Amino acid sequence: MLSVKDLRSRYGRIEALHGVDLEVKSGEIVTVVGANGAGKTTLLRCLSGVQPASAGSIVFRGDDVTRVAAHRRVGLGLAQSPEGRQIFTTLSVEDNLRLGAFLHDDPRVEQDMDEAFALFPILRQKRRQLAGGLSGGQQQMLAIARALMTRPSCLLLDEPSLGLAPILVAQVLDVVKSLKSLGVTLLLVEQNAFAALNIADRGYVMETGRITISGEAEELIADPRVREAYLGI
Amino acid sequence: MYEFLQFVSSGMTVGAVYALVALGFTLIYNASDVVNFAQGEFVMLGGMTTVFLYDAGTPLWLAAVLAVMITATVGVLLNKLAVEPARGASVVSLIIITIGASIFLRGVAQIVFDKQIHRFPAFTGEDPITVAGAAILPQSLWVLMGGAAIFGVLYLFFTRSVIGKAVLATANNRLAAKLVGINTTAMMTLSFGLSAAVGALAGVLATPITLTSYDVGGGLALKGFAAAMLGSMGVPAGALVGGLLLGLIEAMTAGYISSDYKDAAAFIVILTVLFVMPRGLFGRAVAERV
Ligand SMILES: Nc1ncnc2c1ncn2[C@@H]1O[C@H](COP(=O)(O)OP(=O)(O)O)[C@@H](O)[C@H]1O
Ligand SMILES: [Mg+2]
Repeated sequence: MLSVKDLRSRYGRIEALHGVDLEVKSGEIVTVVGANGAGKTTLLRCLSGVQPASAGSIVFRGDDVTRVAAHRRVGLGLAQSPEGRQIFTTLSVEDNLRLGAFLHDDPRVEQDMDEAFALFPILRQKRRQLAGGLSGGQQQMLAIARALMTRPSCLLLDEPSLGLAPILVAQVLDVVKSLKSLGVTLLLVEQNAFAALNIADRGYVMETGRITISGEAEELIADPRVREAYLGI
Repeated sequence: MYEFLQFVSSGMTVGAVYALVALGFTLIYNASDVVNFAQGEFVMLGGMTTVFLYDAGTPLWLAAVLAVMITATVGVLLNKLAVEPARGASVVSLIIITIGASIFLRGVAQIVFDKQIHRFPAFTGEDPITVAGAAILPQSLWVLMGGAAIFGVLYLFFTRSVIGKAVLATANNRLAAKLVGINTTAMMTLSFGLSAAVGALAGVLATPITLTSYDVGGGLALKGFAAAMLGSMGVPAGALVGGLLLGLIEAMTAGYISSDYKDAAAFIVILTVLFVMPRGLFGRAVAERV
């Protein structure tokens, strides 16, 4: 599905990714965990094309997309719910979702919206309100729902649990898990390593722009290095 | 009383032109954060192109349509050749780029057209209509109705069409817009084209009353900018109110005091409003935009 080789990226002169290799297979939930500043967001920004890769390659469903414009990658089926939610605050909840379907102009959009509302019923109640007025948790749900409206085959999720109350974290991660059964492949980035590894099939540990450990999720949960550094055990 | 009505009608007519220029500022500002001081040149190009096509024998309506299309193309080129390559430059640099572009456009107009003052005939006759004792030019009604129609069409465009909403989404959050598949560069191009077309339409509507020449753009840009600031930069309703208010203040000052003071009076009012409400009359809407 998604194959990343020796990916490098820089902010000005400072390199933030020093050659990342990563593989996501169809139907998997893969997570990238790591401390704040490790480069997780930079990695997802490169994958979506909103940040240039300075070297390496990104292959998505057989196409080399390393130099493909961001909006075209969405059309190929690669979507992202970005860090900090980034919803359209001045537009209504419903317009946010409709813009998620910007590339689709067919009757299925209504159906997709119903499915999004089924995943997050609160959004149906608030559909006519300005998105900027939603609570943090609701905004996170909207960001995920909007990304789903693009009809992704692979969804990148950047810290969907950040800043949410524990009960909402569980709820959001439950939905993430349920997306798998809808046939969406997921790449989940989290600081909350334990929660992420719990729902993932495989995981990568990222430190200062490099992948340092990778493996099956259970292996990582059991790995003493991961337990010490990220699980606080 | 009829005198007052007279001043209101002339103030509204000029104000509608200012409002359209302010709307042009707003369209570009929202999409790209650029304050485009070449906005007045679009009005000039709309008027002057119509004049020259009309004088060359083109029917007036066709000359006007062509002028709007040509000016929209100039707007798109301005974005592609001058603004887009400077993406990421500071606000001041971008303003200087647009001022440079306006000087360039004025220079080109001087060569392609000439340095004379021009007009073309009013759309539906030159004889004033008398309303409640005030004499109103039929063309004034064209300006007012045309201005209202442009605001109305754009309102529908931004609230009803997916493309319009995509422009708003690009203005609100460019990153998120890209992540839902919106080609944000194309949205900027569209905004520049729309803004130039709105400016050109203002020129087409107003030229029979205000006359035009290669150098009318600078003054109009200043007035439109002032109107946009008065109403809050980036808010279409603010552009409308700011423009009409500015036109009315000018007309009243010119009518009751002296036309020597009309610019000064307008700017005193603007400075006072901005002193009390630094974000302009519709400032809260601006805060929401961020
Ligand atoms: N816009 C930016 N400009 C400069 N440096 C940045 C920028 N964004 C992130 N960085 C740097 O890149 C590194 C990786 O950041 P990031 O990808 O946000 O990490 P994470 O998402 O894992 O917390 C950090 O050292 C951070 O300081
Ligand atoms: Mg991050």
